[in-house]
Amino acid sequence: MTPLLEVRGLHVEVEGKPILKGVDLAIQKGEVHALMGPNGSGKSTLSNTLMGHPKYRVTQGTLLYEGRDITGLSADERARAGIFLAFQYPTAIPGLSVTNFLRTVLKSIRGADVPVKDFRKELKDKMELLEMKGSFAGRYVNDGFSGGEKKRLEILQMALIRPRCAILDETDSGLDIDALKVVSEGINRLRSPGIGMLLITHYQRLLNYVQPDFVHVLVEGRVEHSGGKELALELESKGYDWIEEKAR
Amino acid sequence: MKSATPERLEPLKTDDYKFGFSDPEHYVFKSRKGLDREIVAEISWMKKEPEWMRDFRLKAFDIFNSKPMPNWGDTELMGQIDFQNMYYYLKPTEKIEADWSNVPDDIKRTFDKIGIPEAEQKFLAGVTAQYDSEAVYHSLRKELEAQGIVFMDMDSGLREHPDVVKKYFSTVIPPEDNKFAALNSAVWSGGSFVYIPKGVKVATPLQAYFRINSKNTGQFERTLIIADEGSSVHYIEGCTAPTYSSDSLHSAVVELIALPGSHLRYTTIQNWSNNVFNLVTKRAMAHRDSIVEWLDGNLGSKLTMKFPAVYLVGEGARGEILSCAMAGKGQHQDAGAKLVFAAPNTSGTIISKSVSKNGGRSSYRGLVKVYPNAANVKVNVRCDALLLDEESRSDTYPTMEINEESATVSHEATVSKVGEEQLFYLMSRGLKESDAVALIVNGFFEAFVKELPMEYAVELNRLIGMEMEGSVG
Repeated sequence: MTPLLEVRGLHVEVEGKPILKGVDLAIQKGEVHALMGPNGSGKSTLSNTLMGHPKYRVTQGTLLYEGRDITGLSADERARAGIFLAFQYPTAIPGLSVTNFLRTVLKSIRGADVPVKDFRKELKDKMELLEMKGSFAGRYVNDGFSGGEKKRLEILQMALIRPRCAILDETDSGLDIDALKVVSEGINRLRSPGIGMLLITHYQRLLNYVQPDFVHVLVEGRVEHSGGKELALELESKGYDWIEEKAR
Repeated sequence: MKSATPERLEPLKTDDYKFGFSDPEHYVFKSRKGLDREIVAEISWMKKEPEWMRDFRLKAFDIFNSKPMPNWGDTELMGQIDFQNMYYYLKPTEKIEADWSNVPDDIKRTFDKIGIPEAEQKFLAGVTAQYDSEAVYHSLRKELEAQGIVFMDMDSGLREHPDVVKKYFSTVIPPEDNKFAALNSAVWSGGSFVYIPKGVKVATPLQAYFRINSKNTGQFERTLIIADEGSSVHYIEGCTAPTYSSDSLHSAVVELIALPGSHLRYTTIQNWSNNVFNLVTKRAMAHRDSIVEWLDGNLGSKLTMKFPAVYLVGEGARGEILSCAMAGKGQHQDAGAKLVFAAPNTSGTIISKSVSKNGGRSSYRGLVKVYPNAANVKVNVRCDALLLDEESRSDTYPTMEINEESATVSHEATVSKVGEEQLFYLMSRGLKESDAVALIVNGFFEAFVKELPMEYAVELNRLIGMEMEGSVG
C-alpha cells in the first residue's frame, strides 16, 4: 500500500548548515507516529521541511505524499493537498480576527465559500469541545495569547480543516496539565482511519494521552531507532543517551 | 456610529486597476484647456454665480499666480504638473437630475461599476454623487429635509443658501493658505455643502461619491460642512478614478466647522488611478466642546499630499485623525495630520498607518502645535509603517511646537516588515502568498477599518486585496 507520507533519504540544510542527514520515515493512513529526540536533533527542521518552509532547503532525498513527489510544492499547495502543521510557536497576526482568519482559511482549503451560518455553527461546536470561550473568536490571531491559547487555536484549526496528514510540532510544550488533557482529547477526536499523524515531542507526557502506534527517535539528523509505543516509556526512564551512544 | 468588521477578505482576480474604464465623453460644456483670468470668469458666468463669488475666484487666481510651488515635500513629482495642459471645468449634463431614472445611461453604467445603486439601496441616507464637476444625481431623504438638514452639491448650496455660504466659505481655508488652495478657490466646482441645524443628530451617514472621468481634467471640488450647536453628523466620501495615460490633478478644499457641542466625523477613502496628483487641503475648526474626527484612507494616485487638520479653538474641544495610506510602485503617499491647540482643556489623537510596496514611498508628515495659554492639552500621536519589500520606503516628519508647559504629549512611531514567519504561517493554512500578504496588511489597517461602516470596510479590504494581486511572489 502506498504510504500517506513517505520521507526517503532526506537531507536538509538551514542557511547552509546541514541539519537532517538522511531521514527515512513512512506513515500509513490511520497511523499515529511519534517522533522523539533530544534538543537540536532536527525535529522542528523536519516539521518545517514537511510543510515547505522556504528557509529549509532539501539537498537530497524526496518527500512523497500519497505517492506524489511534493518536494517542489509551496506551503500553500501542500496545505491544500491535505497536509497540516500545528506549530510549536504559532505567529501573531495583529488586527486579523480569529473568525476572519478561520473563514479565509476554510475557503482556501475547501475551494469554496462556507456559508456564514454553517461556519458559525461549526466554529462554535469545535470551540466548545476545546473548552474555548466565545470571545476568543473576536481576538486577533495569536496576538497576546498565552501558550495554552496558542496551542488550542492550532488544534481548533486542525479540527476545522480536517487534514489527511497532520504534523504536530511540540504541541504539548507550554501546556499545564488541564490544557494538555483538553488538547490531547482534541487530537484523539481527530484520529480516524482517514488521517495519518506525526507527533513531534521532546517528552513522553503527551503520549500518555495520545497513544502512538509507532515511536521513532531522531538523533543528529537521522532516525536512529524505531519501535512501538513502549519505546516512549523506555526513553522516559532511560533518557536519550543510550540511543545517542548507539548512533556513534 | 455603528461600525463593523467585514467577515472575510475576498481577493479579486484581476491585476488591472478595477475602475479603469471610461465612458465616451458627452459634455454639455467643456472649457478650453489651460487657465487664465478669462477662464476663471467664464466658469463663474457659466454657473450664474453672484458677483462676490466671481470676485473671490479672480482674487484667488491672482494669489495662485503669485505663489511659488511648495519648496517642501516631493518637489520632483510636483514639478511634473502642467497647469496649462488641463481642463478646469466640465459640465456633464445640463442640470442636476432630480431622480435616478433621468440620469443618462452611460453615467449610470459608470455608477453601476462602482456600486452606487447598491449603496443607494443599502443606505438610508441621501446620496449625492459627483460625476466630474457637477452632481448629476442627488437624492435626499424626506426625513433629512424635514429636519432642516441641507445636503447638496456646493453649486446648489451657493444658489439656495447664499447667506450661509457667504458667512462660512473660505473662513477655514483662505486662498492665501497655499498654492493649491488658491487654485481650488479660483476654479472650484462641485463638492458637497452640508448644514446640520442645532441639536439635530443625523443617524445614518451622508455619503457622496466622487469620480474623475475625463482626460486631463482637474477636479476641484469644494466641500463645506457646518455642524451647528449640539448636532452630530457623519459624512462619507469615496473616490475612484479611471486610469488614463496622461496626468490628472485633483485638488480639493474641504472645510469643516464644528460649532459648540457638535460632533462631526468625515470619512474618505480615496483610490485614485496611478497618474493622479492628489493635492488636497482639509481643515476643521473645532469650537467649544465639539468633537471632530477625520478618517482618511489613501490608495492609488501618483502623489498624494494631504494633511487633514483640526484647529481646536474652543475650550474642551477634541480632534481625532486616523489615516491610512498605501504606496505602490511609482507612488508617493505624503500624508499625515495636523492638530493645532489654541484653547485650554483640548485634546487630540493622531493615528497614522502606512504600507509601502514595490518601491512605493510613504511619508508621515505631522504637526502638533500648542499655543501658549492653551492649558492642559493632551495629545497622542502614533504612526506605524509597514514595508513589504526592501525597495520600498517610509519616512516620518513629525513637527512638535509645544509652547505651553502643562501639555501632555506622547509620540510613538514604528516601522516593521512583513515577516517570513507570518507569511509561512498563513501559507501553511492554504493561503496563496498574495492573499497572505493582503491579510497581514488588512490586519495592519484594522484600527482604521473597524471605524468604517460595514460596506466601506468590505470595499477597502477588497481594494487592499486587489493591490496585493501581482505585487508579490
